[in-house]
Amino acid sequence: MTDWLTRNAVFVITLAKIGLVLFVLLTAVAYLVWVERKLIAHIQSRWGPYRVGPHGLLQPLADGLKFLFKEDIFFPHATSRFVYLLAPFLAVTLGLMAIAVIPFGSGKFELLGTQTGLYIADINVGLLYILAVTSLTVYSVALAGWASNSKYPLLGGLRSAAQMVSYEIALTLSVVGVLLLAGTLSLRELVEAQQGHWGGLLPRWFIFPQFVAFLCFFISGVAETQRLPFDLPEAETELVAGFHTEYSSLKFAMFFMAEYAHMITASLLVTLLFLGGWLSPFPAGEFWAFTRYLPAAVAAGLAVVFLQDSFHHQPLSHRVLVILVGLALAGVAWGLFTGPALLELVQGPFWLLAKAAIFLFIFIWTRATLPRFRYDQLMAFGWKFLVPLAVLNIMVTSFVVAWGAD
Amino acid sequence: MVPLSYYLVLSAILFGLGVMGFLLRRSIITIFMSIELMLNAVNLAFVVFSHYWTAWKGLDSALSGQVFVFFVIVVAAAEAAVGLAIIIVVFRTRASLNVERVNLMKW
Amino acid sequence: MTLETVLFYVLGGLAVLGALNLILQRHPIHSALSLILVMASLAVLYLLLGAEFIAAVQIIIYAGAIMVLFVFVIMLLNAGEEERTNLSRMARYVGLPVAAVLLSGLAYLLYRAWPVDLLVQPHPSLGQTRPLAEMLFKDFVLPFELTSILILIAVLGAVVLAKKEL
Repeated sequence: MTDWLTRNAVFVITLAKIGLVLFVLLTAVAYLVWVERKLIAHIQSRWGPYRVGPHGLLQPLADGLKFLFKEDIFFPHATSRFVYLLAPFLAVTLGLMAIAVIPFGSGKFELLGTQTGLYIADINVGLLYILAVTSLTVYSVALAGWASNSKYPLLGGLRSAAQMVSYEIALTLSVVGVLLLAGTLSLRELVEAQQGHWGGLLPRWFIFPQFVAFLCFFISGVAETQRLPFDLPEAETELVAGFHTEYSSLKFAMFFMAEYAHMITASLLVTLLFLGGWLSPFPAGEFWAFTRYLPAAVAAGLAVVFLQDSFHHQPLSHRVLVILVGLALAGVAWGLFTGPALLELVQGPFWLLAKAAIFLFIFIWTRATLPRFRYDQLMAFGWKFLVPLAVLNIMVTSFVVAWGAD
Repeated sequence: MVPLSYYLVLSAILFGLGVMGFLLRRSIITIFMSIELMLNAVNLAFVVFSHYWTAWKGLDSALSGQVFVFFVIVVAAAEAAVGLAIIIVVFRTRASLNVERVNLMKW
Repeated sequence: MTLETVLFYVLGGLAVLGALNLILQRHPIHSALSLILVMASLAVLYLLLGAEFIAAVQIIIYAGAIMVLFVFVIMLLNAGEEERTNLSRMARYVGLPVAAVLLSGLAYLLYRAWPVDLLVQPHPSLGQTRPLAEMLFKDFVLPFELTSILILIAVLGAVVLAKKEL
């Protein structure tokens, strides 16, 4: 058995990594919904979900069960049954596929006698792979709209096709500035190109020389994920629910999951391209050595918060749950403080996820704050503002790069 | 390792199917898609030859095959933009996508 | 049978099935979907051949932009199933054999010209983008600039054609 494992180590390890990343991603998707509901509620002076479990922490579980047991209405007038079923399947598959090339850190570890890193696949054209996968997601929305054989989904599908093709141009063009500076398409090398600090303090992240590109990229990223203020394909005040009006139960849940998976991928990608990915914002010197213990400190702090909070919960089951989570976090903190190897491995993922969380927060924040674009405004903004701005950025950057090369 | 000729035969089959679609179908859009299929078949041949020539003539002459694929894709994109615009205009004036309805210039 | 051979047969089979489906389906959306299947399987074949950049471009531009335009136009025009005409019956009895002869002739000639035992040899730096970019911007600069003019003309043409009053 062990002999077979070591012979096929690469295969086994890759499968294990895929399973782990999928599990974490799906859990993150479920809890992102909880975070969004909670955050928007607090922004609007409400409480949000708080009945299911302490602070509504079990709400995602309840939501998932609800989706499973809802009546699965097979829309009887579908133009084509095959396409009608293909659309949600495509949405969720493409949403989860993009995560495969995201590197979570530079750390390497040995398993079954093989060196592996913190990624599923490290390919030469990782960035292009993500762009390719996201460029296909438009089909799920367009086909859902078409196959539903109903006017609101069709309008939503048409809008989404036009919107995503338009904003993809701005998205791709804004990346070119970064590519000119880094000279590579591999996501790992893109992050490694951002190592070091200016003046020993300001990290060499691409957000500083490429701030225009960053703005363009993030705005078109929001448009590509079809979140507010760009959610015209599903604008509920005009189109009922847009492209997924005729979908129910698990098929609707698939669209739902795909949207949040896209949010996570977009945030991770912005972090990798512009915020130095897994690199710590602190310089490497002796003076800043204590920052390596930040992940452990965060885990310890969270553990204290949870344990202290447990006194406020009334039903015994809630209190036990909170205490268990707190104890688990305390265990993680203990492990990190005492195991230097584990602490080293956790550095990359910790910073990457911490930075990506900022963008996830902005995603939710804009949804709570901004009104929806009108359709002509959306098109004008994309074509007359973002695309020229991105092209201008490419011109300036290439002049600077050529100047420096001489 | 898959022999070169297998890829070429696949490319030929795809090209032939594209020709068939072009000849058999009556809808302008499907005819247009058959043309795209033929272009794809040619691209496959280009990529296979580029891969094949690396062993014989070095990297430089091999990569020109991939550059050609790049150009074919660009031309296909331009063609699709103009072609689909023409299709929209034809549909507006004829209210049909059947190529046989577009016979005003026929005598 | 190595993994590569298996992949070749699976993907090649998918591509041929997609192409067949493209010409057999009566509804344009189904044809478009089968064409996307062909393009996706060809992209994976390109990966197998070491052309990573071309594979990505194939998906981004062909499947992600051109075919989206097709699907968009089909949805916009609400194109229904194709109608049968007399001529299409003639095409079936005359065109089909001719096309089949052309296809098998082409396949046979290619098969004879490059014998089976000639194996495709990989090259380590074939898939890298840098040599491709250097070639594109050094040896092929003029064609590259020409294609940009071509795209400009295509954009203008599309805008003029699609305007309401022609």
